[in-house]
Amino acid sequence: MSGLSAEGLSFSYGPRQIFNQVDVGPVKSGQLTALIGPNASGKSTLFRLIAGLLSVEAGRVRLDETDLASLSTRARLKRICFMSQFFTANAALTVFDVVMMAHKQLQGWRVSEADMISVGTALEAAGIGHLAEAYVSELSGGQSQMVSVAQALIRNSDVYLFDEPTSALDLRHQLEVLQQIRSAVIARNAIGIVALHDLNLAARFADNLILLGNGRILAQGSPAEVLRKQSIADTYGVAIETSTGPREEIVVHAYPS
Amino acid sequence: MSEITPPSSEALLLVRGYKRRSLQRVALVLLAFAVLAVLVIVDVTTGPANLSVWRTAEVIFDRSIATAKEDVIIWQLRLPVAIMAVAVGAMLGVAGAEMQTILNNPLADPFTLGLSSAAGFGAALAIVLGWSVIPGVGGLFVSVNAFVFAMLTSCALFLFTRLRGVSPEAMILVGIAMLFTFNALLAFLQYGASEIQLAQLIFWQLGSLARATWAKVGVCFLVLALVLPWFMYRSWALTALRMGEDKAAALGVNVSLLRIGVSAGVSLLSAVAVSFVGAIAFVGLVGPHIARMIVGEDQRGFLPLSALCGALILSGTSIASKAISPGIVYPIGMITSLIGIPFFILLILGQRKRHWQ
Repeated sequence: MSGLSAEGLSFSYGPRQIFNQVDVGPVKSGQLTALIGPNASGKSTLFRLIAGLLSVEAGRVRLDETDLASLSTRARLKRICFMSQFFTANAALTVFDVVMMAHKQLQGWRVSEADMISVGTALEAAGIGHLAEAYVSELSGGQSQMVSVAQALIRNSDVYLFDEPTSALDLRHQLEVLQQIRSAVIARNAIGIVALHDLNLAARFADNLILLGNGRILAQGSPAEVLRKQSIADTYGVAIETSTGPREEIVVHAYPS
Repeated sequence: MSEITPPSSEALLLVRGYKRRSLQRVALVLLAFAVLAVLVIVDVTTGPANLSVWRTAEVIFDRSIATAKEDVIIWQLRLPVAIMAVAVGAMLGVAGAEMQTILNNPLADPFTLGLSSAAGFGAALAIVLGWSVIPGVGGLFVSVNAFVFAMLTSCALFLFTRLRGVSPEAMILVGIAMLFTFNALLAFLQYGASEIQLAQLIFWQLGSLARATWAKVGVCFLVLALVLPWFMYRSWALTALRMGEDKAAALGVNVSLLRIGVSAGVSLLSAVAVSFVGAIAFVGLVGPHIARMIVGEDQRGFLPLSALCGALILSGTSIASKAISPGIVYPIGMITSLIGIPFFILLILGQRKRHWQ
């Protein structure tokens, strides 16, 4: 079985059970998958369990044929790149510094010419070249988020997990960042999962969706399969209408129920 | 992809900028070294005994030509004091820098975390009650007491906050509570002390380099040699920590292990420093802040420059302590506080880029 999958995943925060025997995937490589679901449905927790930043109570996460539990945390985090939702920092570090830090991944003191060119190119590609010498403490929320995405995309991983990479961005940058992520995932034939709140963005950029609600996987599949009125309405507690947009994409319209 | 296509001219421009800043960083560290060397020379060649610069240099290069008096003044007083200033300044600078880093708090330093007060209390037990925590250490028992108390307090502080789940940022509050507790205990001892003991106690608390000996200098450099390379080795991880625990963990940093290791290192540095020279405030606070303003917080530059800034401040203070009024050497603790605080306020107010807000 290829791709990323989880079987029988259970996890609780103290007495509060988040997941009970959940199966996810397999999530295929070379395409973008969006993880959708209401607040507190366990999206971030699922990412952390996959990355190994939280340990599962039961179940396993597999990447291709490898049981990820057999890897050291360090090795696992080399293969799985996780971008967390929190991204502001008050440090006296420049944008170039922090992207370099992500690129070096704690290895080796010396910074080579090739390292510097990789970082410079990544900053240009991410459209934040003009911020290279700015301190991260001076950035706006949206700028910090774009730096976070650049920190993730400069790494060479098998799996990319983005926890709401567009939450602080304006319309144009939302589209640009998701396009960057999508292109990178396809070009590297990597596995990419993006947690998103905006269902329409999810429908437009993702090849597959995973709908999470109450700690359970409610649906997995193409946007057309997952964005069904009833399941979305039940999960989010809203009234839903769907239509087809001018570019044949699914458009979700939500109303208070 | 970047390996195949040649880098764009915009990207190369960014690379050039980064190179320039890296070079600046190296240049600044070298400059700090050079200034420190000058300060040490000035420190050794000045003092109440009116020896000429030339004669001082001669005696340093050839000890055999020194008269008994010159030998004592230069080889047993001035040189150990001058070098001790450098060592202790560097220790406090590094300790402050890494305390601020692991606690994510700009106010953390050996003084604000209560370690200086703990050391002062330990010293007071020795001076007033003649009580030694570790028996059989002979004449060193004041320093040993101070060290043991500072070390225990530091360990207790880090352990306590860890077990009770106090956030690293809030740990400074526990530290300040410690500071007041030890000061209160100290007051009890002072109340019962004789006049001679009281004089000794106050002198100890003021913080002075006058107690420097070659043995102490050796211990300081040994501790620095143990701790600094390890901190340097963990540079990237410490830099990553400044981006937040979450980010650091996602890069593969074992954050709690890093915190424990670094805590042990800074405890050792500050306990040794304060037990030898007494309470010297603000070096551990101001040194890293200056370094941060100059080179930022990439630890590959921040760490060495914090050490150098600490050393520069203390070395400069050592000179100032002799220059204020001829013939008198003031305890440096007084001067660091007196000059340090307004200087610190000026720095904070004059800062264009405000971190920690």
